[in-house]
Amino acid sequence: MRIADGRRRLFELPEDALEQVPKKLTDFFDENLLQHFDCERFLSITGFHVIGKRSKRKEKAMRYHPLSEADRNAMLATIGVSSIEALYADAPPATLLRTPLDLPSGKSELDVERFFARLAARNMPASRAPFFVGAGAYKHHIPASVDHLIQRSEFLTSYTPYQPEISQGTLQYLFEFQTQVALLTGMEVANASMYDGSTATAEAVLMAHRVTKRRKALLSGGLHPHYAEVVRTISRLAEDEVETMAPDVRATEDLIARIDDTLSCVVVQTPDVFGNLRDLTKVAEACHRNGALLVAVFTEAASLGLLKSPGAMGADIVVGEGQSIGNSLNFGGPYVGLFATRHEFLRQMPGRLAGESVDADGRRSYVLTLSTREQHIRRDKATSNICTNSGLCALAFTIHLTLLGEAGLTRLARVNHANAVLLAHMLADVQNVEVLNETFFNEFTLRVEGDAAALIERMAARGVLAGVPVSRLLPHAGLDDLLLVATTEVNTQEDRDAFVAALKESL
Amino acid sequence: MLDRPAVVEPLDDDKTPATFTGNRGLDQEEPLIFEIGRLDATGVDIDDPAPLATRLGALERNAPIGLPGLTEPETMRHYVRLSRKNYSIDAGLYPLGSCTMKHNPRSNEKIARYEGFADLHPLQPQSTAQGALELMQILADWLMTLTNMHAVAMSPKAGAHGELCGMMAIKSAIAARGESATRNVVLIPQSAHGTNPATAALLGFSVRVVPAAADGTVRAEAVKEALAPDVAAIMLTNPNTCGLFERDIVDIADAMHEAGGYFYCDGANFNAIAGVARPGDFGVDAMHINLHKTFSTPHGGGGPGAGPVVLSERLAPFAPVPFIRRNGDALELVEDAEGTQSFGRLTAFHGQMGMFVRALAYMLAHGTDGLAQASKDAVLSANYVRASLRDVMTQPFGDRICMHEVLFDDAWLRGTGVTTLDFAKAMIDEGYHPMTIYFPLVVHGAMLIEPTESESKASLDLFIATLRDLARSAKAGDMTRFTQAPRLAPRRRVDEALAARKPVLRWTPNAAA
Repeated sequence: MRIADGRRRLFELPEDALEQVPKKLTDFFDENLLQHFDCERFLSITGFHVIGKRSKRKEKAMRYHPLSEADRNAMLATIGVSSIEALYADAPPATLLRTPLDLPSGKSELDVERFFARLAARNMPASRAPFFVGAGAYKHHIPASVDHLIQRSEFLTSYTPYQPEISQGTLQYLFEFQTQVALLTGMEVANASMYDGSTATAEAVLMAHRVTKRRKALLSGGLHPHYAEVVRTISRLAEDEVETMAPDVRATEDLIARIDDTLSCVVVQTPDVFGNLRDLTKVAEACHRNGALLVAVFTEAASLGLLKSPGAMGADIVVGEGQSIGNSLNFGGPYVGLFATRHEFLRQMPGRLAGESVDADGRRSYVLTLSTREQHIRRDKATSNICTNSGLCALAFTIHLTLLGEAGLTRLARVNHANAVLLAHMLADVQNVEVLNETFFNEFTLRVEGDAAALIERMAARGVLAGVPVSRLLPHAGLDDLLLVATTEVNTQEDRDAFVAALKESL
Repeated sequence: MLDRPAVVEPLDDDKTPATFTGNRGLDQEEPLIFEIGRLDATGVDIDDPAPLATRLGALERNAPIGLPGLTEPETMRHYVRLSRKNYSIDAGLYPLGSCTMKHNPRSNEKIARYEGFADLHPLQPQSTAQGALELMQILADWLMTLTNMHAVAMSPKAGAHGELCGMMAIKSAIAARGESATRNVVLIPQSAHGTNPATAALLGFSVRVVPAAADGTVRAEAVKEALAPDVAAIMLTNPNTCGLFERDIVDIADAMHEAGGYFYCDGANFNAIAGVARPGDFGVDAMHINLHKTFSTPHGGGGPGAGPVVLSERLAPFAPVPFIRRNGDALELVEDAEGTQSFGRLTAFHGQMGMFVRALAYMLAHGTDGLAQASKDAVLSANYVRASLRDVMTQPFGDRICMHEVLFDDAWLRGTGVTTLDFAKAMIDEGYHPMTIYFPLVVHGAMLIEPTESESKASLDLFIATLRDLARSAKAGDMTRFTQAPRLAPRRRVDEALAARKPVLRWTPNAAA
């Protein structure tokens, strides 16, 4: 006898299973499996008879559903139909399910939390280990007030602020967010957020194509390989051209030699994926001589507290990942994409914008504006298809940045940098490894002996999460001996000691 | 049916009363952080760094940024005051059609913050994140079972990103058949979400509009008429944006497949049918699922969302990286597209994990029956609103059964001088967020109401009574209640034309002076 459960796996039952009733199911299956399993449905499928009374699920009220059976009947009477099923009369009858889907029945809040606690316990969180993993997402301390504020009902459970009279809270913080992002990047205008840094980069390339009416982008070899892949994927399918420079571990590539008047944009990241800081000034000049735009990318927003802004170096579009400020690691999402540019390109910008205006009483007010760029108005002529963005993550970003202020952000950035310098110093004394960077902010590339991916597994076994092997980002580049090591304000001297000790033992 | 529950006396004049502070009781004015913050103020204590030579080269910043800071109490007050200017689902019925403003369980928020999920790095060794991968796999299984589809791409960040993913898979499948040059048209009904044509255009498809029949649905005949060898796909929302089930959906799918095209289903309205019917049984090839709609991850004032895309067997090989594969006892992420038919990568990491946790918690809490009941209650509530308003408001396609949302037009307002916008703004004074207005575009003065399954009957009855009372007022010529509305909100109508004509998109010191 073969049985499928809701997870689409088939299980064999002994041929004589039916004769063995009423044995317990745990005689056939292991207990872990059964947690996932809707025993009641299993029994109804197999024809097993159960001793005792079966629960009548249909009559059990679900805690999120306020309507009672009496309410439903009264409402059906008003509508003038005899059953809810009658309301599905337009669906082809053959497509309506006759029995509930083969999935577990509902669980109490307590049981749901237990289920997830078991899954969570199988992960090693950043806070439980000396933690040096970066490469596009960074572990920072988030003040408790940030998480408290973003969970206020009025922020958490509101929609996009399409009705400004009762959405001034969202609109004002978006206006403040836009201003902060513009200041931080050294640009004139910023939008109300994108999904994340990688999708913001792809949007920047598409925008550069619209501005320049050219369709070819050049990607630096220091651009995060995942970002480059996102750009290449969308470009290939949108039938635009992309050229990607070879992986540029030491920031020595000659981009300027590759810039000509067929390019719409050059995309350069600083600090780059290998941790090197890049002066964009000359690349910007070369772009502008050729009528191309410079798209500057960052994946560590905290670096902007200490480094020259991309805008000050001549960037035309600045995009980046804002996760570092206010947002948890979340295993990769949700994050918040930052997008800023010059005023002259405003109407080619993707995404939502909050703008200032006045209400009928002349009071300063905020409202979503320039929506004629957007999909819900312009449809197939829109600058982007983006609708939902990262509102609440943008709120977390803006609250955290308000708490930091310029003074706090600068100090935070200095501590990040100092911790990286300290670790680099310590690594200089370790044999068979080498920090490759001349310059860095809070992350650098370490050359190790042998395979970095195997090394970090050995270090993880010693309780240290040591970084990202370059081979995970660039599996075919022959850079298997390189490890990206990031350190932030959360790392202590004990963490650094543990890193060095685990490294020596694991080499 | 309730009578009007409380009478609000009209204000004597159309201006709000003046106060010294500009505050009105609990409705407090709040300046921008740039007006109250200081460059040297901070709400975060950080020790000074060790005095070391830097490794910044010549790239250290040498000019101030201009970012104001606030101490913690000032920060709390600023954002708490801002929050109170917002409407929210927790505070009241939020009947935005197509947006699905249902209850957001707080247990889901708690679970998403478990250290084992929130504090997990996407690139830490996979051996240290097996619980996270297992969670994604379980959610994927639920999504496939609920839709009867073959595979699911988990990484799309929101609905529109999911559309992009699905259409990229379709474009890749067409390329694999060697038909890129000839199949470059996407059929889209006029009533579609704006994201559909925007997505198609982004990928270089041209859009051919399919007309709807008089009953508001797309008929198979109309699709067949629009079909030609140049058609790559149809993008169809079901239930559609008029709140109607597309009756011909199976025939439309068959026609598309016969003609060599694909069926992309916009799953924004899956919340009407989850647990009741499966898109795979309609013949869908790809469909995104807005976890922030159907599975109740909070909308957060405009995001984040999550838009996993379920795929048919024909499209599954083209799914983006990363995807999860079982390797013995362990789960592993396949992150490298090389050597596969995958169309590539949509985003830096693995998708909206924080949303996955919440959505799966919602599913487990409901279970198979609970999810079906949620869909049915949503449909029941929308029809209840329809049946309770059908004698005072008009429906563009006649009085007929709807799904999870009911669409009215403005024919019943003709001659009153009240517009759909006025009516919506008057709802604000009554303590409601307006319904979706002027969408879908095909219906004049559209009002799209989606009550969801989260409302009690008493809540629905009060909402209905309010709308009936407003309708009575409109027909009686009580214009002040509409043209001056809202009068009781934190702001009165905002001059949108001014905002667009003279865009002020950030604070600047000069403007403040």
